[in-house]
This record gives sequence, C-alpha cells and structure tokens, in this order.
Amino acid sequence: MSTLTIIYTVLFYVATLVFIGGLAYRIYEYTRTPAPLKIPTTPAPTTSAGVVYRMAREVVFFESLFKSNKWIWVFGWLFHFGLLLVLLRHIRYFQEPVWFWVEFLQPYGKYASFMMVVGLLGLWARRFLVDRVRYISTPSDHLMLALLVGIGVSGMMMTFVAHTDIVALKAFVLGLMFFDWQPLPADPFLLIHLGLVAVLMIVFPVSKLLHAPGIFFSPSRNQVDNPRERRHIAPWAAALEREQA
Amino acid sequence: MAAPDFEIPQFQEHAVLDIPKIKEGAMSHIKSFVAGQSAQEYLGYPWELGENWKERAIERMGEVLKKYRSVRVFLDACVHCGACTDKCHYYLGTADPKNMPVARQELMRKVYRRYFTFGGKYFPWLVGAEDLTEEVLNDWYNYYHECSECRRCSVFCPYGIDTAEITMAGREILNYVGMGQKYSNEILVKVQKVGNNLGLPGPALEDTLAGLEEDIEADTGVPVKLPLDQKGAEILLVTPSADFFSEPHVESLIGYAKVFHAAGASWTLSSLASEAGNFGLFNGNYETMRKVAMRIRDAALELGVKRIIVGECGHAWRVAYSYWNTLTGIGYGGEDPYSQMLQKQLDHRYPQPMHICEYTWDLIQKGVLKFDKSKNDHRIITFHDSCNVARASRMGNEPGGQFTIPRNIIRAVANNFYDMDPNTIGESTYCCGGGGGLLTDDLMEVRVKGALPRMNAFNAVVQQNGVNFLALICAICKAQFTKVFPYYGFDMSMVGGVHQLVSTAIELD
Ligand code: SF4
Ligand code: SF4
Repeated sequence: MSTLTIIYTVLFYVATLVFIGGLAYRIYEYTRTPAPLKIPTTPAPTTSAGVVYRMAREVVFFESLFKSNKWIWVFGWLFHFGLLLVLLRHIRYFQEPVWFWVEFLQPYGKYASFMMVVGLLGLWARRFLVDRVRYISTPSDHLMLALLVGIGVSGMMMTFVAHTDIVALKAFVLGLMFFDWQPLPADPFLLIHLGLVAVLMIVFPVSKLLHAPGIFFSPSRNQVDNPRERRHIAPWAAALEREQA
Repeated sequence: MAAPDFEIPQFQEHAVLDIPKIKEGAMSHIKSFVAGQSAQEYLGYPWELGENWKERAIERMGEVLKKYRSVRVFLDACVHCGACTDKCHYYLGTADPKNMPVARQELMRKVYRRYFTFGGKYFPWLVGAEDLTEEVLNDWYNYYHECSECRRCSVFCPYGIDTAEITMAGREILNYVGMGQKYSNEILVKVQKVGNNLGLPGPALEDTLAGLEEDIEADTGVPVKLPLDQKGAEILLVTPSADFFSEPHVESLIGYAKVFHAAGASWTLSSLASEAGNFGLFNGNYETMRKVAMRIRDAALELGVKRIIVGECGHAWRVAYSYWNTLTGIGYGGEDPYSQMLQKQLDHRYPQPMHICEYTWDLIQKGVLKFDKSKNDHRIITFHDSCNVARASRMGNEPGGQFTIPRNIIRAVANNFYDMDPNTIGESTYCCGGGGGLLTDDLMEVRVKGALPRMNAFNAVVQQNGVNFLALICAICKAQFTKVFPYYGFDMSMVGGVHQLVSTAIELD
C-alpha cells in the first residue's frame, strides 16, 4: 500500500473519531446542563407538538432568518439545501448496492453543488460588503468559508471537469468501513477534496459548526410555553429550595 | 429638562429607521454609576476589584456555564451571520457597533473561547479569543448596561440566541467581582428591606391609598376602595410600586380599583408584597430573583387569597408569568409539598398568576363592565407592546394573546385607535429604551438614543393619524417615555396606561 493511502486511511479514522466523539461529548454536555428558567421566545407553542413544528420550520425553512434578513436567508438556504442534496448523493460511496432514491438523486445532487457554492460566495461577499458583518467577522469565519468553498469546488472539478476513478474511490471508502483497506487513487482534486473534508470533520466539534446541534438545544426555541400550568424546576434549583425551606 | 450634552437623533420620514453605518466607540464614554459598598455588601458581593478578580470572574463564568444551558449553547452556536446586527434599538440609535447584539455577545464569547474552548486556548488569534483584562471587563460593564434585555435580537436569530441571557450572565459575573450597577442594586436592597423599589414604608402606603380613595369619590361620587392587607380577601393585587406614586402610573391603579369595584370583587393590596417589579431578573442571579419573588408567596399565604393578579408592568409580568411557578410555586402542576401548600389555597378556575388585562378583558367579555366610550374621544390612541410582555410571556390561552388582549380592551373603551408600523409592534416591538435596569439618569444618553426606533414609529402615527396618546402596560415604559418624550418634542401628558383609558370610560354605580 502506498504512503498516500496509509496517510488518508489514518486521517479518516482520526477524523471520524474526533467528529463523532467530539460531537457526542458536546451533545452530552448540552443535555447535562439544565435550563433553569422558562425562556421560550414568545409567542411560543403551548404544546410539545407545537414545539416540534416550530423547530421543524426553523430547521427546514430558517423561519427566523427569513423574518430577519432576506439576503442572508437566500444565501444561507441555498448553501444548506445544496449541501443536503450533495451529501445525500454521496451516500452512493458508502453502500453496495445503492438505494434507488440515491440513484435518483444523482443528477440533482450534481447541480446542487452550484447552489451550495453560490450560497457560500454570497455569504462570503457579505463579510466584505456589509460594514456590520465585516466588523464581526473573525479570521476563522473566513477560513471556514474558504474550507467549504474548497470542498465544493474540488468536488465539482471531479464531477464536471477531471473525472476521478470512482470505482477505485468507492472501493477505498468501503474498505475503510469494513477494515479491508484498498488503495486510494492519487488524483490531486480527490486528495484536496478528501483532505479538506477531513479537516472539516475535525474542526466541527470545536467550532461554530456547533450551531447544527445547538439549535435543537436552544431554550428560546425548544421550550413549551406553559409555565403557569407546569412547574419547571432544575435539579440545582430544587436542591436550593429544599435547603432554604 | 436640562439641556442635553449630546445630540438628539432626528426623525426620519419612514416609520422604520434606516440602518446606520457603524461608528466605533460612539457610546464608549457612557458608564453607569457603579454600586457602592453598602448595596454590594447587602447583596453578598464585593465592592471593588480584589487581587484575584480575574480568577474569580473565570470561576464564576464556569459555574454559570454549568447552570445555564442558554449561556453555553448561545456562546457556542453563533455563526456570525449578522442577521441580528440591525435589530437592537441601541445600535439603531447610537451606531456603536458594540451595541449590535452579536458584538455584545462577542464581548463575552471571546473570553469564553479563551478559557473554555480548544480553539481559543491554542489558536486565540484565529477564533477571535481574548484574555480577560481590565479593559475587557470595563467594556462588559459599559455595554452590558446598554442592553435592556428586551429579546428583540432573539426573535430574529436563526438559533434564537438571546443576547439578554448573555447580558444577565455578564452582570452576574461583574457583580461577583465587585462591579455592580448602583441603580439596580440599590433597588434590590430597597425591595428586600422595605418591600418595594421606591422604598415606600407601609404607613406611607396606607396614607397614599386613603388619599386616592378620597380623590376617586370626589371625582365620581362612588366610594371605590383600595384595601390594604385585608386578610380573607379573594384577590391579591401585586403591582409596581410606581403605581402608588408616579404620574401617569397612578391613573392605572385607579383604573384597576374601579374595575374591581364594578365587578364587586373582594380584593386587597399587600404592604409586604407592595412591589411587582423584580430587578433580580436584570442581574441574572437566580437566588436574588427568588428572594424578591418570595415576598409574593409569603403575602399570598398570609392573607389567604385565592387569586393573584399582577398590575401593569412588563418585566414584572415576565417574572410572574414565566418564573413565579419555578421560583416560588405560584401556579399549578407542582408535585412537591412546597408548591402544593399554595396550590391548595388557590382557585383552580383561574390561571395563576393572572394579568390585570386578562382579568379586565374577561369581565368585558362577560358583559360585567359598562363603558361610555365617548369619554375617551379626546384621545387618539396607539399602543406600545412592552418587550417583556411581548417576547417573554403571554396573556390568555392562545399564543399572541399578549398582543390582542390589551388592544381589545382599548377598542372596548375608546373609539380612536391606530397601530404603529407592523414592523415595530407585536413580537418585533422596540423596547422603550429604559428597560433592564437602565432607567437611571446616568444613562440618559443611552435612553434617549435607544428610544429612537420607537419614537420614530410613534412620530409616524402622530403625523398620519393625529395620535395624541401612547397607551402602555409597563411601569418602566411609562417612566421612560415621560422622561424621553420632551427630548423629541412631545408632551409627556401623551403617555398613559391602558387602565387609565379604562378608568376614564368605565361607568360605576
Ligand atoms: S436584548 Fe434587546 S437591548 Fe439587548 S442586545 Fe438584544 S435587542 Fe439589544
Ligand atoms: S443572528 Fe444569531 S447567529 Fe447570526 S450573528 Fe446574530 S447571534 Fe449570531
């Protein structure tokens, strides 16, 4: 096996471990930290079903962002929805045989990459053009966009310009999954693409990408508006109450 | 009004303001007075930065992160998208970029990153992490007292990030290292020592109420009572202490009394619980907020009341509606003996606590109250949604009842009503500019400038519809607008309460 294959094999195991382990730890931390007070941003749903519906509207349509700023909404939604289609398309590298709907999505996923990159470039442009957004942008905000654009563009190069050996690539990926390692095609775009993806996976649990799990734990969005009917009390607050009673 | 030493912002033609270009440091000269030794000591905080203030601050931050999921999630989740940057009335009125919600959060986030995250520990320059220095701490002090904790930003953030939670955590840490705010902390002492924010002792309260009874009788010929500490009364009314003293607040108090009288209700005020306000909310300290709220529970148990009703006050209603059940067991659904003790006493046909607007609207719907609407014909009215009522509580059974119920009352008692621009009311309402512990003269510039978005939308209905009355349901809004109106060329008599309108139109017999 070539050095290159060994490096990428190890890299992907590390990246996967960090990604899953890191994210699991973060989620564990969020679950363990109580929300001691009822703080849904009202008007808020008065039932759990209502909260699920509110959350779904946020996650699928970015409802609050839509109310807030149409430009960010357009670019943000293009990027995320494009990314979703592209990710679904990539399922085909992880299974044999491939589910029919993944087959079906292939052409859409291909062109969704344009949506994704256009969205990213739009968001990036705002970091230069809008003085308020320029003020709050940090180097890592720019790097994160560069990383995602890099992933998108390198992927598109392989889809539309310089095709890579996808049969060999799939063998490599399945090999990773079943611990039966296979050589990785030494194609520059593929190496860039996979390298950047690994970096993204590694930084995920220590970066602002935590907004993905974060939204589900946001008390202003996930709480039911029923404080008069139910007594909501955190364990540490209940302990305080017993102590002082 | 003394001549201001700052520029009063200009009105714009449209009700919704243009977004200003950022002006760095525009408000950095503003520093609210710092609390002195006696107030800090009473609240259990130091009153000056000690040797190890930095360690203490970081330690406290760690504790807050463990106790409040909001703070942890909000500090992690922000993507710097910028959607909130033009949503804060203090940014719109001052153009200081540190008054953009995300930048206000960033003051704390950069410290959080530095001490609590991987990226900030090892690559601080990359993620914008910074050491906690005295300069940073001073920035916290300034800009966490230029936030009224109004939650407007949280409506518009894709993750619901509520800068108010960060501001509260910031103030808690500041208090913990000896940098409390004079205004809020002295009020917290008064309410605990005397029973209300104004520091008005029981006998004075009794006199005031007796005086009001005489006035109402002289005015209407009807002996409307304002009972105090009456054991066995059915209803306990808890209202902001400004209602006893300040104009126009007292007009609403008269309104509540007339409603109770017309309904034939047995009700009482309490000298122990002579304050609905709870500044503990503003400081983000659970224990203080709980201690202040506890007086209501104690009064309810002592007087044996069956219902608890809260007067016109925004943040008080937030604490009452959203937190009383948690803090003191005023509400339903508690399974522990502590909360059941009170629940057993309460009348389960009604929600507890209840807002005075819910109470009045309920009576109007039942046809119990009679009005002569024409008595309000000299008024052309608009209504300002108070931030805490709008975005942190509810009235009635349906989400959004906090918007419809007060408007329904106004329409039932008056003929001329116009809403302000839809982008400036309801859940998008702008804060009055004086909430969250900012209602102090040393922050006058912040208050006047922060009021701009609201004043601008108000000016639009004044121009278009000839509006001459701003109806409110918050003691802080009332005090703030009375003070700020003259700066914008309006007369302070244009400010009043919803129950003031009720009071004008109600027919008593
Ligand atoms: S809570 Fe209100 S005052 Fe504070 S940052 Fe948000 S919008 Fe501004
Ligand atoms: S809207 Fe929310 S995520 Fe976007 S910058 Fe503001 S706080 Fe951060």
